[in-house]
Amino acid sequence: MNNLDNNNQLTDESPSEYSSDRLLKRQKKEKRFQLLGKLSVLASVSFLFILFISIIEKGSSAIRQSEVLLSIDLSTENFRQEVLMDPKKIRGSELNKLTRNSLIKLFPNVQSRSDRRMLYSLISSGARHELRDRIIQNRDLIGGIISVWLPLSDDADMYLKGNIKKDVPSNLRRFKDNQISWLDQLMSDGLVRKSFNFRFFTNGDSREPEIAGTLGALIGSFFTLLVTFLISFPIGVMAAIYLEEFSPKNRFTEIIEVNINNLAAVPSIVFGLLGLGVFLSFFEFPRSAPLVGGMVLSLMTLPTIIIVSRASLKAVPGSIREAALGLGASKMQMVLHHVLPLGMPGILTGGILGMARALGETAPLLMIGMVAFIVDIPTKIDDPSTALPVQIFLWADSPERAFVERTSAAIMLLLFFLLTMNFVAVLLRQKFEKRW
Amino acid sequence: MEDSIPKMRVENLDVSYFDKQALFSINLDITKNNITALIGPSGCGKSTFLRCLNRMNDVIDGCVVKGKVELDGSTIYDQRIDPVTLRAKVGIVFQKPNPFPKSIYDNVAYGPRIHGLANTNSELDDIVEKSLIRAGLWDEVKDRISDSGTSLSGGQQQRLCIARAIAVNPQVLLMDEPCSALDPIATARIEELMDELRNRYTIVIVTHSMQQAARVAQYTAFFHMGYLVEKGATEKMFTTPDDKRTQDYITGRFG
Repeated sequence: MNNLDNNNQLTDESPSEYSSDRLLKRQKKEKRFQLLGKLSVLASVSFLFILFISIIEKGSSAIRQSEVLLSIDLSTENFRQEVLMDPKKIRGSELNKLTRNSLIKLFPNVQSRSDRRMLYSLISSGARHELRDRIIQNRDLIGGIISVWLPLSDDADMYLKGNIKKDVPSNLRRFKDNQISWLDQLMSDGLVRKSFNFRFFTNGDSREPEIAGTLGALIGSFFTLLVTFLISFPIGVMAAIYLEEFSPKNRFTEIIEVNINNLAAVPSIVFGLLGLGVFLSFFEFPRSAPLVGGMVLSLMTLPTIIIVSRASLKAVPGSIREAALGLGASKMQMVLHHVLPLGMPGILTGGILGMARALGETAPLLMIGMVAFIVDIPTKIDDPSTALPVQIFLWADSPERAFVERTSAAIMLLLFFLLTMNFVAVLLRQKFEKRW
Repeated sequence: MEDSIPKMRVENLDVSYFDKQALFSINLDITKNNITALIGPSGCGKSTFLRCLNRMNDVIDGCVVKGKVELDGSTIYDQRIDPVTLRAKVGIVFQKPNPFPKSIYDNVAYGPRIHGLANTNSELDDIVEKSLIRAGLWDEVKDRISDSGTSLSGGQQQRLCIARAIAVNPQVLLMDEPCSALDPIATARIEELMDELRNRYTIVIVTHSMQQAARVAQYTAFFHMGYLVEKGATEKMFTTPDDKRTQDYITGRFG
């Protein structure tokens, strides 16, 4: 109110339309306008918040995986002669049998075939791989009895995490009543624990959610981004330097400029189709490989990098260019010694943001076959592999209940990398902002 | 003007930007070890003229230069003349101080480095020190030679730019309104400096301030609407100008 009084004093001698009424209206309008702005900010922040909350709520349980402690009899008489010479010859089915035997020892009164099959399904079918790896790593285990924590099946895990409700009739439930009673007994014997789900970070993809991991997709994404960066960054920066500093300004370069902007607006799936048609069909590059994925994504990132790089080169003041030229620097020296170093933080920021966009891109990768189900972890850029967002897409498509939490966990992982990249970009910008 | 040999000679110079002509057949001799001031109202073409003297106009799109500009008798608008070597001989200081965002040392050392004027680091140190001394900045910055050039005050920055320009040992120094962004004290300092520098270099200065022209320049040229209206010894120009327009401008009737 104080404010208003002052204004009245000021306008005492002004024409009557400057009455306090009019002023009051104006102030109200101003306030309403600001309120709209505040509401918009609130809305956008809350969408983000809801997104994070829902993902974290769904995905956080994937951090732990239920395991069961079994003592497995690895006496020599259980193995073929061949295996005793070379443990690598061990078969999954042999280890399955040993695991099952140790389960039967715990539940001797489970007799019928169908009941036994249900009992066996408590243990993950991936358990034999872990057992095999362990034996190959340490062949002295053969001949003794070992106690190992093996992953429970996804259904058992879901039951323990409370995602399978007991009040649903047993015949409609994936996890049956007798399985529940066996699991409860194991729990009361202290043979069940929930431990850190390292498999999520160290395994490749799998049909079994409990042993499915993101490492394959992560490395696939890494190789893809590496290829993308190596192709799009040098080409993009060179093109930007030429267009900004050297090219004559005429009709032809204008057309190039417009088309670079157009290219940046092309939907990414079109680049995927281009990759399919050109890189795979015509050049016959390997399918599903990060090499081709990276090439396709660099097509998509290139215009962004060119545009951002040109903008940050343009932001370098002309006086710096004149200073260098006035001292007798050649144009190349001017660019390399002054303009490029000053524009570099901006270029890097744009490059990182472009890479972050490429990291989150799914559609073009579907087109070139990076959507395949690949268990092996890629070791080269032409190994078949998938990428993190595609992995999320694959898991989101899977019917198993346990893939729901893993999908969200993989999203969390992807978001972590995206946010880290954006954070680095912001840091770079802040560190080097306005040095002249 | 006849008593000294012209360092630079401009004959029938026409300059146009795209279709707009900025300078019309300019003829001017620039005498050695003197200060020549170019005065005139805004947009009269004096800066354009200055930039023709070391081909800084080459980098401007659509700028066409016709006519003859000579440095020590050899024409500078020649296919065989590399503007890069020309600019080492004809240095320039701009209106706004524009030090590189690097250390004071690196600012001054940049020119000698790209032209290979120093073989060893100590030679380079010498050049930097000498240039800073000549620009009258050494005493103020010798203890913080590795600080950023942009951390200096405006007047110091401009003297740093002068030091940077003379570090490549030019014969002619062009100055495009070097004091217009500075306060009177810094201006006085630069004017003193110019007077000292003219023993070694030939200086051409564009200025908006007629007092400045009167104070520092031995010769003055008055530009108006793209024409060189009058040229001659400063004293005569400011006391008994031949042209009415010169008189009107000097007495403050327009401009």
